[in-house]
Amino acid sequence: MAEHPDISVLTPYARSLGIKLAEWDGGTPIMRVDFVEAVEGRPEHYHGGATGGLLETAGYAALRALLAQKDREAVLKPINITVQYLSAGKSRESYARGRVTKLGRRSANITVEAWQDDPKRPIATAVMNVLMAEPAQD
Amino acid sequence: MTKTETFDPRAATPFLTSRGHSGWLGLAYSDHGEDWVELTLPWRTDLLGEEGQQVLASGPIMSLMDMASGLAIWKTMNRFEPIATLDLRVDYVRPAREGASVFGRSQCYRLTRSAAFVRGLAHDGDVDDPVAHIQGVFMKIGGADTREVPGG
Repeated sequence: MAEHPDISVLTPYARSLGIKLAEWDGGTPIMRVDFVEAVEGRPEHYHGGATGGLLETAGYAALRALLAQKDREAVLKPINITVQYLSAGKSRESYARGRVTKLGRRSANITVEAWQDDPKRPIATAVMNVLMAEPAQD
Repeated sequence: MTKTETFDPRAATPFLTSRGHSGWLGLAYSDHGEDWVELTLPWRTDLLGEEGQQVLASGPIMSLMDMASGLAIWKTMNRFEPIATLDLRVDYVRPAREGASVFGRSQCYRLTRSAAFVRGLAHDGDVDDPVAHIQGVFMKIGGADTREVPGG
């Protein structure tokens, strides 16, 4: 099992926002976004929606990586997400990584943390539920 | 006699969505009432989610609802003051229709000295057939945002 599965972890939306794959850590992708105008809310701070987009992207990426490791194919569909904003995202890059807390047959539960300086001091966390649908049959 | 304060979402939205994340998404004013505001998110192919499917990603809907919620809070306060999102929950009940603009309507149903509680929905043309439901809490954050907002 390769540590870096050859999977696409970025949606068109995530790429457009400027989110990148920063690195792999123990089979889990860490996502990064630089502080550009597209993520700015009130001056010099992240918009809550942009932070939410980074968290959601990291959550999907963690699930994709895990499914690839298990040779499972699925179309991912959002069920819900709840974001907790812990401190203001300031004008520098941010990172996020997800952890699949429960991988079921039809749905997965994922927890995600976003940070700037120190992974131990997250600026926001999220919990998401994702539906894993059968890939469309050609 | 104190001056009656007003906040006009129609005048404030173009200023608040002229740049930054809201400007990048192209959020625009749609409608408002005493304690609610509705914004629109135009359809754009670079905001899609799953590769190969014409389905809007869920992230932009979160941003749309976050911004509509902020405006609903300022409308309910009838003034612009710095706030920050504390907690936001989004339930995606169905995919938005391909090619359709999404409307985000949020209501501030309770305002306390330090917090504001919101609930709302996103729809793609029919408010009775939502694509998402949201619930959230925002905190007032004092002098952290000193922008002069038109209509505020």
